[in-house]
Amino acid sequence: MNTRGLRSQLKDSVPVAGLCPQAGAYGVPDTLRRGFSSVKNELLPNHPLELSEKNFQLNQDKMNFTTLRNIQGLHAPLKLQMEYRAARQIQRLPFLPSSNLALDTLRGTDESIGFEDILNDPAQCELMGEPHIMTEYRLGVL
Amino acid sequence: MHTDLSETVIVFVSFFRNALLERDVAKVGCSLPGARKTGTTICGVVYKDGVVLGADTRATEGMVVADKNCSKIHYISPNVYCCGAGTAADTEMTTQLISSNLELHSLSTNRLPRVATACRMLKQMLFRYQGYIGAALVLGGVDCNGPHLYSIYPHGSTDKLPYVTMGSGSLAAMAVFEDRYKPDMEEEDAKRLVRDAIAAGIFNDLGSGSNIDLCVITKGKVDYLRPHDEANKKGVRTGDYKYKSGTTGVLSKLVIPLQLELMEESVQTMDTS
Repeated sequence: MNTRGLRSQLKDSVPVAGLCPQAGAYGVPDTLRRGFSSVKNELLPNHPLELSEKNFQLNQDKMNFTTLRNIQGLHAPLKLQMEYRAARQIQRLPFLPSSNLALDTLRGTDESIGFEDILNDPAQCELMGEPHIMTEYRLGVL
Repeated sequence: MHTDLSETVIVFVSFFRNALLERDVAKVGCSLPGARKTGTTICGVVYKDGVVLGADTRATEGMVVADKNCSKIHYISPNVYCCGAGTAADTEMTTQLISSNLELHSLSTNRLPRVATACRMLKQMLFRYQGYIGAALVLGGVDCNGPHLYSIYPHGSTDKLPYVTMGSGSLAAMAVFEDRYKPDMEEEDAKRLVRDAIAAGIFNDLGSGSNIDLCVITKGKVDYLRPHDEANKKGVRTGDYKYKSGTTGVLSKLVIPLQLELMEESVQTMDTS
């Protein structure tokens, strides 16, 4: 294992001690999928691409905003980020998947197809949150 | 069309489990199934009026031929076609994804798509996945700027050249190209050259075989010749071990009728409830 640049390979969030680190379903260590618990398994990513894929959209946005700032000035990314923040708030009820149409249009991804449209489509997910509990939690009543 | 997910679309947990299994399975004595590769010869050449793409038609799965007549020349757009070598699923999915994106893009710009656009989309996607998508492609087509030919490697690098070969039989095919390529050939010469290059790959490389497919792309016309040449036809049996009836002469015949008595007759109805 190459220990050089290990810092960059570590996951960005380290699990808190006391909670089960290798939790799968039901909160117990999922030995079939994650193997026996070890510190190395918790800290290092499963696959070299895992971290870069998790942060891909963020990095793209950061790159675009920096370019925009350099070309047009600070106002351009600021206005766009305000619009993004507004569009991100347009969501369905907590237990239903949202289409995020406004956000897609802003990003320009409404005119392209990627793996996120084919694989792991949240509309096709087999699990669903308990509607009453989730709405009560969102409203702060719980 | 995308959704704002906090977790990744591609979940990598199984990769870890597979790595663990791979380590332990060798001790037990079995082996994990391998991905189907195309172990291929693909090539392309730019001639006077356009581009000729060629490919063999064998798909291998380890040491076994999985498909004797698979189609390796994929459609990207009406004027752009792409040959794929490497993992069969990767080339198939990648070309389909880029074809869809290119169609959306051309609808949005209201123009015929360019080969350079397809090349740029492919290389950006392959680089994003750092070579884990095993797709080596030969992309060719004719657009408003003339005929273009690109070779795209799994890690995302591209080359724009007048003649390219890819796959396990690429060296055999490249030898033919280096010997006989001339700029501004006629269509028949170009087709013969590509056919010979693929045949060199088929006969000298174990990963390539069966027939030769060609795709001739010119301005406004595409000729998808499948199969252009059946280099390896399955042999026809010349002899037959079946004896004709009457070969053995009958010397004598004895018939003994079997006497059977009816003992009991009962009817059981089927349970169709």
